[in-house]
Amino acid sequence: MADHAVVAGEPVDMGRRKFLTRATAATGAVGAAFALVPFIESWAPSERARAQGAPTELDLSKLEPGQMTTTVWRRSPIYVVRRTPDMVKRIAGHDADLKDPNSDKSEQPAYAKNPVRARSAEYLVLVGTCTHLGCLPKQRFAEGELYPSWPGGFFCPCHGSRFDLAGRVFQGSPASINLRVPPYSYPNERTLLVGGDEKGAA
Amino acid sequence: MATESAAATAAPAKKGLWAWVNKRLPVDEFVAEQLTGYYAPKNFNIWYFFGSLAGVVLVLQLLTGIFLTMFYKPGELTSFDSVEYIMREVNFGWLIRYLHSTGASAFFIVVYLHMFRAFLYGSYKKPRELLWLLGMLVYLVLMAEAFMGYVLPWGNMSFWGAQVIVNLFGTIPAIGPGLVEWIRGDYGIADATLSRFFALHVVALPLGLLLVVALHLVALRRTGSNNPDGIEIKEKLGADGKPLDGIPFHPYYTVKDIFGIGVFFILLAIVVFFVPTLGGLFLEAPNFDPANPMSTPEHIAPVWYFTPYYAILRAVPDQRLGALLMGLAVISFLFVPWLDRSPVKSMRYRGWLSRTMLALFVVSFIALGYLGLQPAEGLYVMLARIFAAVYFAFFWLMPIYTSIDKVRPVPERVTYHAH
Repeated sequence: MADHAVVAGEPVDMGRRKFLTRATAATGAVGAAFALVPFIESWAPSERARAQGAPTELDLSKLEPGQMTTTVWRRSPIYVVRRTPDMVKRIAGHDADLKDPNSDKSEQPAYAKNPVRARSAEYLVLVGTCTHLGCLPKQRFAEGELYPSWPGGFFCPCHGSRFDLAGRVFQGSPASINLRVPPYSYPNERTLLVGGDEKGAA
Repeated sequence: MATESAAATAAPAKKGLWAWVNKRLPVDEFVAEQLTGYYAPKNFNIWYFFGSLAGVVLVLQLLTGIFLTMFYKPGELTSFDSVEYIMREVNFGWLIRYLHSTGASAFFIVVYLHMFRAFLYGSYKKPRELLWLLGMLVYLVLMAEAFMGYVLPWGNMSFWGAQVIVNLFGTIPAIGPGLVEWIRGDYGIADATLSRFFALHVVALPLGLLLVVALHLVALRRTGSNNPDGIEIKEKLGADGKPLDGIPFHPYYTVKDIFGIGVFFILLAIVVFFVPTLGGLFLEAPNFDPANPMSTPEHIAPVWYFTPYYAILRAVPDQRLGALLMGLAVISFLFVPWLDRSPVKSMRYRGWLSRTMLALFVVSFIALGYLGLQPAEGLYVMLARIFAAVYFAFFWLMPIYTSIDKVRPVPERVTYHAH
């Protein structure tokens, strides 16, 4: 044991001591960071929340042309609009007034990145929460309902964002991107499956 | 000097139980150092009530909050009903809840007046920069505490307020959407969100609040209070080593503060007993409906103490920039000690430029507060943009206007008239 005794008069190696102190502190910090993981992870959606977020089906047979119905997927209202040919016509012609007419910055599956923002022009499927701060935009489908040149669409009552009949946002709205399109598919011609498509469940 | 006086009081070797206690716990020494031996400027005016009042409101909130948790049940299915149960069936439950909800607004009123006092007399200037930062930290924790408390009754405004505020984090590039999901613990504002907000509101944030309040007081004891003349009283000491312009905090200011507390409770009682919702300002009408994720209230507005920032958020036609400016509006306060280049502290000795800017700031803060309660349309948005510009000009032009402003000479001793 005598080997380990401090020899009188021998200088303490401060460089070595500093290195060991720092190395110990750094190791401790890494350990503390790992110890945080379970606490942080506990805030992520639980298994139950994930299970309840599974795809949801909607029967389309009762939806008349020009009507909108709302279903729920992942706690968000999903707007399903059966557009009439006239409504489809009113989507075109105002691209200059839109923030993102070609949906380049917006969020939608590849099959909805087109002028009607849908798999087919007839059915529009949107996440019904405003891309600004999550309020529910209201339907204002009639031409001229908000102002004379209004082509029909959605209006958010919270902060005044306006969207057209394809959910594309108008200039001058606080929202920066178009209404989101969820992944969806048609398992058969009368059924809409929200949250699931060829790639499986979202 | 405080330690000397402490030694003087503690010196005579007393006998008995009290002496036994003091040998083991420095009670007398603490009182002597922190209260009877703590010298505060003798020229405090009405603006100096609000610090101690904030402490009183904190105690009121802790007391009423503890009793509310005894009857409140957090949960999607139970929150709203348990609040109604408190209001209708718990003995005096209505009083405890209205004291808590009115206390929240009162907290912000006294804190805003306390902050205005700092602007008026330059209390954030050297050597009190850290005192100011710790006070701002109290304000930030208080904002989080108030926001989460507003979610707990699970009314429709609770739900949609939470939706809007949590979604603000979604505007952060790259990590935003994941962060929002992590905060909510679900794909929407849900039971998981409510439960964690409850834990934060009732346990974590009050502990944090008490800690930063304690640090704020420790920092105050180190520098001593500023005063309406902005003079350091420690620089003019008498023969006994005590500041010539200072008086012991106890009994002089404890007595003064007790008077202020009396007036405060009269005003609080008027609101609690006669107008507990204050026409929708303290408790909003949509919150008397249960939370409904499928129906947005016609008009969403936060409680009045957040509306100045909310008005700035809505004034910008771009969501990311709006959220950024809103955040900047809050944190601008942190930089004030370094933005203010005036050689004097108090507005009493500053020129018209500083005074005008402060007046404009107060007007714009109140105007934004009003506009944040109005719908976001037409003239209201234009006005919000103008007042937001004034708001930011007050902070970020401060280095310019405080350096060119003409100041008057500061007197040697504080101005004081015996009553």
